[in-house]
Amino acid sequence: MTPAASHPPVTITACPDGPLLVRGDVEITAPGGPIPHTRRTVALCRCGVSMIKPFCDGTHKLVGFTTAPTDPAGSGS
Amino acid sequence: MQLSFPIAPFQARGPLSSQLLTALSLPADGSGSSLGGFIVATAEALAQCQDIVNDDDLQLTLFLLYGLHYGDVVQSDAAWEWHPTTIVARVAIEQALESTLRSTVPQPALPAPSQDAVARALFSLTIDDQGPSLSRYLARKATAEQAVEFIVHRSIYTLKEADPHSWAIPRLTGRAKAALIEIQTDEYGGGHAERMHSSLFADTMRGLGLDTRFGGYVDQVPALVLASFNMMSLFGLNRRLRGAIVGHLAAFEMTSAIPSRLYGDGFRRLGFSEAITRYFDEHIEADAVHEQIAARDLAGALAEDDSLTLPDIMFGAAACLAMDGWVAEALLASWQSGRSSLRVPLPESAARPLAGTAVAS
Ligand code: FES
Repeated sequence: MTPAASHPPVTITACPDGPLLVRGDVEITAPGGPIPHTRRTVALCRCGVSMIKPFCDGTHKLVGFTTAPTDPAGSGS
Repeated sequence: MQLSFPIAPFQARGPLSSQLLTALSLPADGSGSSLGGFIVATAEALAQCQDIVNDDDLQLTLFLLYGLHYGDVVQSDAAWEWHPTTIVARVAIEQALESTLRSTVPQPALPAPSQDAVARALFSLTIDDQGPSLSRYLARKATAEQAVEFIVHRSIYTLKEADPHSWAIPRLTGRAKAALIEIQTDEYGGGHAERMHSSLFADTMRGLGLDTRFGGYVDQVPALVLASFNMMSLFGLNRRLRGAIVGHLAAFEMTSAIPSRLYGDGFRRLGFSEAITRYFDEHIEADAVHEQIAARDLAGALAEDDSLTLPDIMFGAAACLAMDGWVAEALLASWQSGRSSLRVPLPESAARPLAGTAVAS
């Protein structure tokens, strides 16, 4: 088995109006060292208000965080 | 061979549950007379019932009947699980419960059957839900006794956390099944028994001096709390309701991360240690992940792949919010009028919420 076959690629899903969902074997590091995480899928905050950063705690829903393009001309998809 | 089983650790609440509890302590074969007349008695009770979600006898009976499938509720002859009488009675009660829910829970507008539209509709349904807030009350006002009562009510579902939704696994296919497995794997601790969410909850109960056996506090909880668990079993155990169990899980996860922080805050405010709050702390991060998977990959994908389920996805979500609202209303009403929310007090030996000593450990 090749290393590629034993380790499926990491995927990052950008959730509309929400976090980045990271699936796969990743190490999350910060200036102080690695940030421990046990679950296989993690949600990383991209709204900036989570109280458990870098992880999402759902608070983006309370602050009206939106990932919609602000420029209507840019909303191609 | 004469089988005999210990009597249940809780009391009957009327003629139906009384007859069933007695029957369950006896063998299921033989004459079967221990459940003689049970189907007729069930039909009569249903005909007279005005408010099924608050009917003690019917909800306890349904809880016992579903309990035959889960195990651990009462010890009994395993043959009762598929005994025709228990099945006929169960179906009659659950159909009445379903029709009440369908007529009382407002059916949300249906989004387009696309992943994105369904996810958005579920998020806006749950964020707009302006039900009474148990979590805010716990965070700011609850006494230690009320916090323990909250855990007692929660134990009816949470000691079986994830199990009612797991019934749906073989009833789904493809993307929705994979998404449900991804969520449930995490609920079950990623394969580590001590990290299963039900085990984390048992740790919290143990830390509060509570009995962690499933059903240990059935006597204490009102019909409504049994109804909220019965509703999940109803949705999970009927393949035709697979949309409803998926919608239920989505709404459940979407209303968990933020309240979990508030619950943890409440227990910390009361001086309880990290061992007590770990269950809630874990759920902040976990459910912020689960709500995304549940909304898009589970509910959204199911609606796309099996569009007939869409009305039930929205119904299941709305039923989850409605039921949680009714339970919260009942608990808050008791507490705000200075009463206990429990049907009967906790046994003397249980629950000494000694916050001061808990924090010192
Ligand atoms: S993205 Fe969820 S809290 Fe920031």
